Amino acid sequence: MDHVIAARAQMGTSLAFHIVFAALGVGLPLLVFIAEGLWLRTKRRAYYDLARTWAKGMAILFAVGAVSGTILSFELGLLWPTFMRYAGSLIGLPFSLEGFAFFIEAIFIGVYLYGWDRLSPRAHWLSAIPIVISGGLSAGFVTMVNAWMNMPAGFRIVNGQITDVNPIAAMFSPPWLVEDVHAALAAYVLTGFGAAAVCALALLRRSAEERVEQVRAGLTIAMAVAAITIPLQFVVGDTIARFDAEHEPAKFASLEALWKTQRYAPVTIGGIVGDGETRYGIEIPGALSWLVSFDPSTEVTGLDRIPRNDQPPVAAVHLSFDSMVGSALLLLLIALAWFVTVLRKRRLSRWLIIAIAVSGPLSLVALEAGWFVTEFGRQPWIARGLLRTTDAVTVAPGIDVQFYAFSAIYVILGATCWWLLRRVGRSPQAAERKPLAPTPAES
Amino acid sequence: MSAVAVAAAVVVAALTLYAIFGGADFGGGVWDLLASGPRRDAQRDTITHAIGPVWESNHVWLIFAWVALFTCFPPAYADIATYLNAPLTLALLGIVLRGAAFVFRNFAADNPALARSWSVVFGASSIIAPFFLGDAVGAIATGRYAWTSPFALSVGLFNVALCAQVAAVFLIGETDDRALRDDLRRRAIRATIAVWVVGLIPAAFARYAEPAFFAALTGSTARVAIAIAVVLGIMVMLFVARRQENLARASVGAEAVAVLAGWFGAQAPQLVPGRWTLESAAAPTATLTAFSIAVACGAVLLIPSLLYLFTIFKVRSQA
Ligand code: HDD
Ligand code: HEM
Ligand code: HEM
Repeated sequence: MDHVIAARAQMGTSLAFHIVFAALGVGLPLLVFIAEGLWLRTKRRAYYDLARTWAKGMAILFAVGAVSGTILSFELGLLWPTFMRYAGSLIGLPFSLEGFAFFIEAIFIGVYLYGWDRLSPRAHWLSAIPIVISGGLSAGFVTMVNAWMNMPAGFRIVNGQITDVNPIAAMFSPPWLVEDVHAALAAYVLTGFGAAAVCALALLRRSAEERVEQVRAGLTIAMAVAAITIPLQFVVGDTIARFDAEHEPAKFASLEALWKTQRYAPVTIGGIVGDGETRYGIEIPGALSWLVSFDPSTEVTGLDRIPRNDQPPVAAVHLSFDSMVGSALLLLLIALAWFVTVLRKRRLSRWLIIAIAVSGPLSLVALEAGWFVTEFGRQPWIARGLLRTTDAVTVAPGIDVQFYAFSAIYVILGATCWWLLRRVGRSPQAAERKPLAPTPAES
Repeated sequence: MSAVAVAAAVVVAALTLYAIFGGADFGGGVWDLLASGPRRDAQRDTITHAIGPVWESNHVWLIFAWVALFTCFPPAYADIATYLNAPLTLALLGIVLRGAAFVFRNFAADNPALARSWSVVFGASSIIAPFFLGDAVGAIATGRYAWTSPFALSVGLFNVALCAQVAAVFLIGETDDRALRDDLRRRAIRATIAVWVVGLIPAAFARYAEPAFFAALTGSTARVAIAIAVVLGIMVMLFVARRQENLARASVGAEAVAVLAGWFGAQAPQLVPGRWTLESAAAPTATLTAFSIAVACGAVLLIPSLLYLFTIFKVRSQA
């Protein structure tokens, strides 16, 4: 396998794997926090059982998130040493802060998961708050690095050398806020629909008859989180797209597979992206120009203005973008249908429960597609305008072997994780090894 | 202190804390693999119980050291990541499998066959990870990134012994079953002797193959550090024998500090001997300053949180 391809495949696989667990690691603590809080308020057993079941899932998912994140932090150096030599002093600050967020998160995960019998119920409930906050912050800090890669800031280039390094300006590169909010919302969207889908499946299969109250409560909490965050995601996503139109024209043209610079530019949905043209797509005339600045006569830069060797892989970006927005639209409809049903105090219809079960995979598609958009859309740059991906790759041999080894690990981790989660869902009581009783003193 | 010295101190401190706490978790895995005798299952339960709440936060020390290294010394980091790609990847595989296996086996408890396989993975990866991390450190000390040299490999072995020692000492206070404590006491004393014996091997290889490092090793800084480490090792055995667990824990921690500080003190101001000094590899001052401020602010949150965690799960269980 080609060296660069092997390295990119490994980095891409690692990120695609990690982001799922990372997003659930951000979202699940919130669900658990809500469920346990409801238990404290109402003393209804179902909420307690729900919190404990979700917490077990969280224990498994968090561990896989932590180890896959460790892989990523090593791979930065193992695969892209040249990138790190250039950028280390610029992006090190958010990574260092992220380290502290990991600490707080891991510490309170330990307190929360193992502290059910050691803390007062209230203290135990409150110990979820630092997890929720630091989970959000760790996702935020790492997304700041992604923002920097999209729009490197905080330095000057003099005679080919990076000087005047300003790590604060680098950390707050222009897209940081929109991307951070978008990534955080994505985590809640995924967790909300994902957890709701698991509950919906249990209802459909009637596999949890004796715990039906717990499953219904879980579905309601999870859907509430999803239904609040998905409309916001549209607003933020739209803002990012407009930001890209202004600042990252190559990425924006690729999102929309727009080849010709034009006024009254259309939105193109789907289609076959060829070399220099996009065929068979559904075109909405003038819509793109209107979306960019609410005026259909606005000129939108097409790929014809982008030098060939600076163009991202247009088909991949366009397809990913359509998948993200398409899934997001479906998710919005499902959330709306659920909301209306709850508002009218109706029972959930079987069709709606099926739709909610489908929303889990859909939200996963949206999350992964969003990642593909940002990464493919940045190519051929690793840091846009500063360093090309092909120049950043390591010279160490054996990267393809590494890629196969880590892919195998991901398959094993993913499969085991899946299998264990299913058992936790089916019989939460049985699954975990009984911890020893707290040991009183010997002196 | 200059900004560079502060940054270097942070990297060394993070590595040392990882060696102690992360090392104890790896050592726990080693003892899990070696668990034997009539109280085998009880030994394993104690290990599970001890590692459970803390391994994830202990593990973050490594991430932090790694991040601190590329933030503050980017070219040396790029160099190390390139030339030590293989041992670091192997260590990484060990780290990943260790963490995942630990959780998986606990959640697979009612499927003995699966739990046993993950148990074996847990034990084996707990040896692989510290071995290759030690090997990488040894390879850096050679200045040639000679990770396959007998010297570097023997440093890996030494690191495994050190982890096993720290773990055995830390574990004693985790149970109040007398027989179990006696098992662990014996292990702690044997492991301390093993550390001394295994520690002689890299010294011997250095004597013949790594003259520069051997010169540093016999310099005054290293000699003092080694003497302190040996005295602390004797204290460990003493305290263990006299059932003073907390003093034994403190001594073994201090011993690990002496070993790492001795190694670093002997090597400073070289970061990678003959290739990078702390100065030549340092990031711009603006970055080092921002990093130091971030660490100071982070520590304000981190230290009380860590103390809270350890008070809940470690102090109470042994009083
Ligand atoms: C929002 C998504 C996202 C974020 C926040 C980051 N990355 Fe990224 N990165 C990806 C999504 C991505 C990806 C989609 O997974 C890529 C793109 C193509 C690939 O192979 O993986 C990738 C690749 C990639 C590569 C290989 C070059 C390439 O193929 O593009 C490097 C060196 C980095 N990333 C570095 C980083 C660093 C240091 C980040 C800070 C944490 C970071 N990325 C955040
Ligand atoms: C948008 C992308 C990402 C998000 C949202 C994210 C978020 C998170 C979160 C929330 C955690 C801790 C929770 C858990 O383990 O479940 C985590 C763990 C981790 N992440 Fe990521 N991450 C992302 C990408 C990355 C990247 C690109 C890297 C590597 C540079 C990385 C490195 C790590 C590390 C090292 C850990 C382990 C921390 C521990 O031991 O607890 N993450 N990530
Ligand atoms: C109609 C709704 C949406 C729009 C218009 C939208 C738009 C965008 C755009 C333009 C980007 C590229 C950011 C960049 O320049 O790097 C992006 C990234 C991303 N999207 Fe969306 N998005 C939408 C919905 C969603 C949903 C529902 C999810 C997940 C559940 C999601 C997850 C992501 C992720 C994870 C990224 C990469 C992280 C980042 O760069 O912030 N998006 N989105």
